[in-house]
Amino acid sequence: MKVAITSTGQSLESKLDQRFGRCAFFVIYDTETGGVEILPNPNKDAEEGAGPASVQLVASKEVEKIVSGEFGYKIKSLLDSLRIQMVVYKEPEKTVKSVIDMLNKQ
Amino acid sequence: MAKVGQPRSVFLHLEEYEVIRLCDFENLNHHEAARVMDVSRPTLTRIYAKARAKIADALVTGKQIIIEGGKIYFDSEWYKCNVCGCLFNQPEKSVTPEKCPLCGSGSIVNYVPVDDSTQVTRRAPSDICVCPGCGYEREHEPSRRCKDEECPVCGSHLIRKNNLLAKDI
Repeated sequence: MKVAITSTGQSLESKLDQRFGRCAFFVIYDTETGGVEILPNPNKDAEEGAGPASVQLVASKEVEKIVSGEFGYKIKSLLDSLRIQMVVYKEPEKTVKSVIDMLNKQ
Repeated sequence: MAKVGQPRSVFLHLEEYEVIRLCDFENLNHHEAARVMDVSRPTLTRIYAKARAKIADALVTGKQIIIEGGKIYFDSEWYKCNVCGCLFNQPEKSVTPEKCPLCGSGSIVNYVPVDDSTQVTRRAPSDICVCPGCGYEREHEPSRRCKDEECPVCGSHLIRKNNLLAKDI
């Protein structure tokens, strides 16, 4: 299963980005293969519609779960209809690596 | 009696049913109901007017009411993990989650958002009463005319802040 994690930087040591639509990077982690893909977010500085555009980006990667600090009201219904699970994790000091470790422990 | 060939039923949409339930059964006002249904207050009033018209039509012309359809979306259930503190939803509504999707712990509870309807944010200048004499400000109390209120500092009558701003211009 693929999981998208919003990140403030392009390494696994970067901290979690607390925003979804305008996060700096998406880390796509595959729980089966352990593969990691880091995508810069083209909607980082978008004035409007960053959320839905970011949903489109992560949905095209076929993720089933998104870990972020916050989700906007526009995209909750969108993610619901796409059957993508939202995980709100308000820990701005945690690194992407620590989230991946948590996912691996399961 | 409905004439032959005329439809014998009205279709009350689910959002119209909900608006009647909230406004006339639960006795919420339009502002509160709009917040519950996650639509704007004008939209809610529009839905309400439509619902009333349909129900009146059914009552007067003796049609049956069929509740179905409409533009609705049900929010999915939210849960909270007691171990890592994350919140998560369950997109597959028929399934109850057994463990946290992040840390895998089994200690999860249904998450009920705190009702913030009592702490309405009032940032628009129209929601602040101001004293034109001394500049004293306070939050406007709904359903009370501010010009009937006296300033506790200097005793002159209060005015809505945006009216004062308009006068300045």
